[in-house]
Amino acid sequence: MHADPRCVLTGTHFINGDAACCEGALAAGARFAAGYPITPSTEIVERFAARAPKVGGLFIQMEDELASSIALQGMVWAGQKSFTVTSGPGYSLMMEHIGFAAITETPCVFVDVQRGGPSTGLPTLPAQGDMMQARFGSHGDYLTIALCPNSPQECFDLTIKAFNLAEKFRVPVMFMMDECVGHMTEKVVIPAADQIEVQPRRHASKPPSEFKLFEPGPDLVPEMAHAGEGYKVYVTGLTHDKRGYPLMNPQSQRELVTRLFDKIRRAADELTIIEAEGLDDADVVVVSYGITSRVAQRAIQMARDKGLKVGKLRLICVWPFPEKVIRDLAPKVKALVVPELNMGQVVLEVERCASGQCRVISVPHPGGTVHKPAEILAAIERGAR
Amino acid sequence: MSSVELHVHNPVEDLLRQDRIPTIWCPGCGIGTTVNSFAHALLGLGIDLKKTSIVSGIGCSGRVSGYMNLDSFHTTHGRAIPFATGLKLANPELNVIVYSGDGDLTSIGGNHLIHAARRNIDLMVVCVNNMIYAMTGGQAAATTPGTSMSTTTPYGAFEPELNMPQLVDAAGACFVARWTAFHVKQLERTMAKALNKKGFRFIEVLSPCPTYYQRKNNLGDALAAMVDYKKRSKIKNGCNTWETALLPGGDIIVGEFVDREREDYLTLMRRQLGSNYTEFPPQAEEEAERCCSEC
Ligand code: SF4
Repeated sequence: MHADPRCVLTGTHFINGDAACCEGALAAGARFAAGYPITPSTEIVERFAARAPKVGGLFIQMEDELASSIALQGMVWAGQKSFTVTSGPGYSLMMEHIGFAAITETPCVFVDVQRGGPSTGLPTLPAQGDMMQARFGSHGDYLTIALCPNSPQECFDLTIKAFNLAEKFRVPVMFMMDECVGHMTEKVVIPAADQIEVQPRRHASKPPSEFKLFEPGPDLVPEMAHAGEGYKVYVTGLTHDKRGYPLMNPQSQRELVTRLFDKIRRAADELTIIEAEGLDDADVVVVSYGITSRVAQRAIQMARDKGLKVGKLRLICVWPFPEKVIRDLAPKVKALVVPELNMGQVVLEVERCASGQCRVISVPHPGGTVHKPAEILAAIERGAR
Repeated sequence: MSSVELHVHNPVEDLLRQDRIPTIWCPGCGIGTTVNSFAHALLGLGIDLKKTSIVSGIGCSGRVSGYMNLDSFHTTHGRAIPFATGLKLANPELNVIVYSGDGDLTSIGGNHLIHAARRNIDLMVVCVNNMIYAMTGGQAAATTPGTSMSTTTPYGAFEPELNMPQLVDAAGACFVARWTAFHVKQLERTMAKALNKKGFRFIEVLSPCPTYYQRKNNLGDALAAMVDYKKRSKIKNGCNTWETALLPGGDIIVGEFVDREREDYLTLMRRQLGSNYTEFPPQAEEEAERCCSEC
């Protein structure tokens, strides 16, 4: 299915990442959103609040992030596509409802424009400190998908991707921006609506009498019915059976949680979304994501100018982690260098998958600004020795 | 010997998910009694059940949504109202009812209760008040009266109880009422009236919890609670809500306290947006891809 032309601002724009994210959401088919103001994410919903009524939608500013993160799920069960946007402190408050979306398989998007933490931290300065929270933040076991854009253009393109993946796998998708990407203004090209692929809701294909709300399809993803359609849906955060009825015992828990994992694990290839360059003969590969990948790009160039063989691996989809890519790469290189705007989070996954087959050099940074290319260069030089 | 079908059909059965009966509720619990009034109110009005959703939070009363044969949403603790808000705003055709308990709606979810009333979201909220956290084993709630005993107040509570009608009235609810599980007919009539009204409507129902509240406070069984409700209740329709506080052993003021007209959120939004709002009929179906001009 293609995007609805009434929602797509086709043309060439000079806008920041927050604005591009808003346009991406509209292009993806989201006309409803709930949120609570928090820097540096607010511009997304400020723009959405102006745009949505023109296409029959709305933005509601709720009383807090607990409310917005569940109101958006009410919107989804009413048949709409919806999302919320936030930053660190608000993201922490939303964790319970990320779990609710995971267990109820509610397709939706949580945008986190990351800033320095912990706690109130650095409201207007960048960090990438919520990456592990995006993976493990809600209690219990579940898998989600997390995308990391590194430019306003990607804030547009990948927001659409985030909605599409949410619909396809029926999971909450974490859209992990950061303050720099959110506030950076660059050229953004929005294509014509018929050039934009949109994943529609996987709606019930059977009549109510034959339909079970959580009966997995061949790809383990169930179809969805909405309130008001006569399906008498039963949606609960309790462990449930295929009808959605609470069923709390070890077997039903195993069946449900295993399926929530497997529907993502089985799609590992599709969800390996990376940008790779010069990996074939590299001695050192820099693994990065989000804004840090743009600093890394400069460091890689500096290292190549010095005659070093350096490859680039940018993780666009960080969760699920592209395990196979790292497993294949590790035996072929001397070192993997992992700069990130946190004290070392995604590097733990790189280390796990490299499994001692090469050196893994973390280049931590507590946030507040980005790395200096020289810091990453020094790590590359260390790795090449 | 031939067997005789003795089952007499109760119209309320059609509104319950028969395959989920028996409920988890204890013998003597008042929650089921309130559900009976609710079901009769729904049936009496003949409203479109296909377009009716019920949303609960967590707790004994939070289980109501799952027993109703409607679109049922059993959400997280305290967050039934914001979920219902999203549901209603994204599909204004739905009748959305929030059915939950006192701890869920007024304590952990208290902020949402205030703001949904202030916004005048078109929701009917039924709050079953058993005056205790029952599902977790009888802990004190914001609604536990005065010095009552509970598992977390072994020497009696030190906090005054919340007066729900006063709170939601002050926040702007357009309909506020209170009954007890003893007043089944009055409750049904009030529910029917509220179901027919637009805007934020709030009904508190006092309900006995023989397992925890009654037992911890030596108040006897469910029957004793009914006798107590009957004895202490004073019907005062239109009563100022600041006079409706529930004091231990004091009068239980019941009735319909507030019934005012106020534009609900969506109506106000549409009016204020004027030409900035564009109706959005569904997109025309894309033409199926053809392999040749004959297809
Ligand atoms: S614990 Fe109390 S409120 Fe809960 S079902 Fe039993 S009697 Fe009812």
